[in-house]
Amino acid sequence: MEATKEKTRKLTGSKAMAQALEQEMNRDESIFVMGEDVGKYGGIFGSTTGLYDKFGEDRIMDTPISETGFIGAAIGAAAEGLRPVVELMFVDFHGVVMDQIYNHMAKIPYMSGGHVKLPITLLTAVGGGYSDAAQHSQTLYASFGHLPGMKVVAPTFPHDIKGMLISAIRDDNPVVFMFHKTLQGLGWMDQLDASLGPVPEEAYTVPLDKAKVVREGKDVTIVGAQMMTVEALDAAKKLAERGIDAEVIDLRSIKPIDKETILKSVEKTGRLVVVDEDYYSYGITAEVSAIVASEGFDYLKVPIVRLAIPDVPIPYSRIMEKFVIPDAKDIINAVEKMVTA
Amino acid sequence: MKNNNKQDLLWIYRKMKTSRYFEERMEKAYMEGKQPVFNIGAGPVPGEMHLSNGQEPAAASMIVHLTNEDTVTATHRPHHQAIAKGVDLKKMTAEIFGKKTGLGKGKGGHMHLFDPNVKFSCGGIVGGGIPHAVGAALANKKKGTDRVAVAFIGEGAVNSGAFHESLNLAALWNLPFIVVVEDNAWGISVAKDKSTCVPTNDVRAAAYGIKGYEVRDNDPLEMYRVSKEAVERARKGEGPSIIEIETYRYLGHFQGDPELYRPKDEVSKLRANDPIERLKKYLLKETLASEDDIKALDQQILKEVDNAYEFAINSEYPEPEAALEDVFV
Ligand SMILES: Cc1ncc(C[n+]2csc(CCOP(=O)(O)OP(=O)(O)O)c2C)c(N)n1
Ligand SMILES: [Mg+2]
Repeated sequence: MEATKEKTRKLTGSKAMAQALEQEMNRDESIFVMGEDVGKYGGIFGSTTGLYDKFGEDRIMDTPISETGFIGAAIGAAAEGLRPVVELMFVDFHGVVMDQIYNHMAKIPYMSGGHVKLPITLLTAVGGGYSDAAQHSQTLYASFGHLPGMKVVAPTFPHDIKGMLISAIRDDNPVVFMFHKTLQGLGWMDQLDASLGPVPEEAYTVPLDKAKVVREGKDVTIVGAQMMTVEALDAAKKLAERGIDAEVIDLRSIKPIDKETILKSVEKTGRLVVVDEDYYSYGITAEVSAIVASEGFDYLKVPIVRLAIPDVPIPYSRIMEKFVIPDAKDIINAVEKMVTA
Repeated sequence: MKNNNKQDLLWIYRKMKTSRYFEERMEKAYMEGKQPVFNIGAGPVPGEMHLSNGQEPAAASMIVHLTNEDTVTATHRPHHQAIAKGVDLKKMTAEIFGKKTGLGKGKGGHMHLFDPNVKFSCGGIVGGGIPHAVGAALANKKKGTDRVAVAFIGEGAVNSGAFHESLNLAALWNLPFIVVVEDNAWGISVAKDKSTCVPTNDVRAAAYGIKGYEVRDNDPLEMYRVSKEAVERARKGEGPSIIEIETYRYLGHFQGDPELYRPKDEVSKLRANDPIERLKKYLLKETLASEDDIKALDQQILKEVDNAYEFAINSEYPEPEAALEDVFV
């Protein structure tokens, strides 16, 4: 956690999101929220908890199941000078609205030569691990990261969740803000220590383009995002007991990706494991590997290891889902092989 | 509608009751491993669970008019439709338990049931199945058969782009297609009047120049009558229909839904008007069945469902590596 002298409280990921939204909405009247079940329900994953009571239905707007309509409407409203925050309930549902997101939201600022600004924050829940099967468990980091014109962030810890959401709302560009379901600290999912953390009371920002070294080490660099950062930290702890000192980088930003932090770390450790809760091909593991292969090749003592979902849809049955999503054990196995190689 | 429909009405009763009993058992099975602390990923049946208790007439009273050769596409809340369509109950239950004997070898789960033998499918993306039924209807027409395709959806799905594109296509090509809108008043926490610009969706038929039907009060008999007409018209090449049935969601959107958005007494009022009980009374009153007949039928249903659960519970889990199979066929 970034140190702060101000008053802090421990908040869950979802409370950190709601607090960021509340503070920004108090500061700026032009911000409003649209999405399915963001009103009385407070967002299926708690991102708008309590906001309906505070701001009412004009600023916290429940929508019909019309993603193309309301996310497209966010573009029109943003072009008129408002600052819409829209929630796509599960990232998996991008399929019904990708035209508005990619052909319009992401391209209009560029095609207009920078004359049209679209300060939109697109919130969306990502991640699996609880048997919600192929249409409700994806992260799709790379699908969004691949497309120019959107900043794409995926913070892990409550402190970054709040700070990066505030940055996203204040940014004049479209920002896709991915939050991981399991890191929201919801009572009805797995309980993780990582989903509760110190969050300063007042508004603050965390940059949208910086990765963070969340554990320093000298033997191997492990790069992950969200749940894979959590798994990497867990692995690092166990590796330490075996005398292996792992450095863990929490990407935080998918696009733009922070090359500098990655390269600096690999320069030090000479070994790289990239771990991703997204598909293997063309994903974060490929991107990070390519960065190091082309700009830090000489740092490497051993080949890079990529751990990701092996190019299959996420299966329902727990035993198969666990098999395809990388975890601390997979990371430990990979690192041990590398270090003894 | 009397004696000549006796078989149909008993069939409807049987399917509704099978679905009800199946889901009452599922409610319990789902909570295993999730108490005292609810964790969506725990227990023998993890993940989201959308139950259809109360919505049985929408499925059974339509599907009674269909054969195995007619196509049904369904939703994230698919059990009542699947059971009415004759999906293999053992394999369906095994799928929901994540077993390798399941319809999809444990890969699909409760929202993703596929039984090509009876032309049934469903899915977790709202509105996603509507165009598939249009395509099945198109294929039926191209092949020169009199088969029909029925898309079941919730009232929330009517507001998806997929609905409007699909209905225009079906009408434009005069396809043997019917959409059944199960209006259970809610799309998760969003009430129908907060999501829908017209009070009932049958009126939208006018926008496509097709026929619209409205069934009030979750009435299995009225649904039976209306569906018969719509299916007959579709088979004769007289075009698509929208049927909206006002139906009841007894439970939360998914199991574990705190339902803070819903008036406290809503469900007890709905339950007091249970469609299965109403049909049973009708069968007795019209002497289409005796108390003993119904008891015997109920016994058979219990046994069928219990057998399915037993099969599922006793089946093996898949090998972890099986996750890598079936991406391509
Ligand atoms: C495209 C898409 N958007 C949102 C969702 C999330 N979601 C699942 S069910 C549901 C409500 C559906 O309401 P309705 O169509 O009335 O069906 P019901 O749940 O009432 O049976 C929503 C919003 C989804 N699965 N797919
Ligand atoms: Mg509904």
